[in-house]
Amino acid sequence: MTAVAPQAPAPHTPARPVGGLSLALRLTLHQSAYDLRAFFRNRQARFFTIGLPVIFLFIFASVFGGNNTVAVPGGRIASKTYYVPGIIALGVIAASFVNLVISVTVQRETGVLKRRRATPVSAGAVIAGRALTAMVTALLIAAVLLGLGWAVYRAHIPSRTAPALVVDILVGSAVFCCLGYALASVVANDEAAQPITQAVMLPLYFISGVFVPSSILPHWLIDVSKFFPVRHLASALLEAYNPHTHGAGFAGGDLLVLGVWGVAGLIVALRRFSWLPIRR
Amino acid sequence: MATDETVIEVSGLHMRYGAHEAVRGIDLQVRRGEVFAFLGPNGAGKTTTVEILEGYRRRSAGQVTVLGTDPQEAGAAWRARIGVVLQESEPERDLTVIECLRLYAGYYPHPADVEATMALVGLADRADAIASRLSGGQRRRLDVGLALVGNPELLFLDEPTTGFDPSARRAAWDMIAGLRSLGVTVFLTTHYMDEAEHLADRVAVLAEGRIVAEGTPATIAGREHAAAEIHFTLPAGSGVGDLPEAVRTALVGEEQGRVSLRAPATLAVLGPLVRWAEERGADLADLEVRRPSLEDIYLALTAEGAGA
Repeated sequence: MTAVAPQAPAPHTPARPVGGLSLALRLTLHQSAYDLRAFFRNRQARFFTIGLPVIFLFIFASVFGGNNTVAVPGGRIASKTYYVPGIIALGVIAASFVNLVISVTVQRETGVLKRRRATPVSAGAVIAGRALTAMVTALLIAAVLLGLGWAVYRAHIPSRTAPALVVDILVGSAVFCCLGYALASVVANDEAAQPITQAVMLPLYFISGVFVPSSILPHWLIDVSKFFPVRHLASALLEAYNPHTHGAGFAGGDLLVLGVWGVAGLIVALRRFSWLPIRR
Repeated sequence: MATDETVIEVSGLHMRYGAHEAVRGIDLQVRRGEVFAFLGPNGAGKTTTVEILEGYRRRSAGQVTVLGTDPQEAGAAWRARIGVVLQESEPERDLTVIECLRLYAGYYPHPADVEATMALVGLADRADAIASRLSGGQRRRLDVGLALVGNPELLFLDEPTTGFDPSARRAAWDMIAGLRSLGVTVFLTTHYMDEAEHLADRVAVLAEGRIVAEGTPATIAGREHAAAEIHFTLPAGSGVGDLPEAVRTALVGEEQGRVSLRAPATLAVLGPLVRWAEERGADLADLEVRRPSLEDIYLALTAEGAGA
């Protein structure tokens, strides 16, 4: 055993300075690489984050598609096309919010976060690494949905407004990560995480133009939905995806509201974040 | 391996949760290189104390220094020097054994070699197994591996073998004994006496938030001076009255020819007994001499503590 034993620790060697931005960045990337690997190995995470949005796109585009059109700012587009940005919003939320709430709650309640807390890794690196994973996953599901929309429903892939679309996905993902950390801090039971996230999101999908076009929703319901972040992500994505949009397609107002929600979520998350299980 | 340098220094430690006082004034020192075992029944305050030493909890009162630093103020550089095996923690989900170890190695400034750590904890042949699918004993060894991969000077093991079968416990002991040869200081909590006896240089027994005895496993609470128990069956045709004087004075009882003695000085009783038997040509086939086990000492101490 001694032949393969690790080196005896040198008791008094001063440790390399543990800190600094470059170290934080390196640890964030390190954490994210393993979080991504774990994500792609988890069948449930793959299904809910990638499989389900693809199924939703097929269902909504098939049920409400046909030759119907939807009124959007600047004109009308095919219903099948309309659902592409809407379901991208759902995919971004699945990758950033739903999946994050579940994995963070499970990691906290099973002692994984507690064990990591005993290591020198910073809270920032663990949190940012997980958020980076969500953003990468969100971009991936968006690419899958764009590709399917193009291949199956002849929906277009934007070029002029592509930067706005990417920005919307990344901002939306970051905002819903903050909200996910905030919600995870109050969900005490890892088994309740999945149903709670769905109970929060499903009604919002219906009133925010994700499942049902806003143009056929009653005004009061739209007014209600304008308070919540899901509508603003969906409408920012629609503006960047809508072929009638002029200019670069950046929806400043929607991004601003999303940013406010993100900051609010971050404040709650930072105040309530716990490394230790909270059920016991 | 123990040196004079103190790596853990605790004085007057108190921990209150509301009205409940879980730790009621603990003093202890652990020296570099020793294996220190913290014994006590469930609820005695072991895990609370360990979690204060590990920096998880803020104490109510007292002084605590671990590796020269107060754990509740300590930062990343301090955590790089300790390793922690928690009483309950599940593996990282959906990662293999080697991926778990590489993830944790990446957290540390001076990590140990991942392959060597895997071999040290006996998981080399399970490198590519998904960690959550390991057996209980293998998971626990992975926990130890994750705590060792940062090359710690001080390792905390909170009930490392609870729920193990005897052979898994043996393997874990061999592994922990191997750490001693690396110069790692080990702070172990357990409620298995044989574990403490096998591994520890020094033990402290905790009952109801107080240390009720401290010493080496062989001498704690005057164990080396405690009376031995001697049992044997009388040869056919003899009675208690036939025994030599020196034996009769140690007599505790006799039941159906089976004699029980208590002897503070063992040989002063055994010598005359053996000579007596030889003179009669009798063989004391079931002669049994038993010194008080660490468990006997522990049960006596914790019963006193509980009665106080």
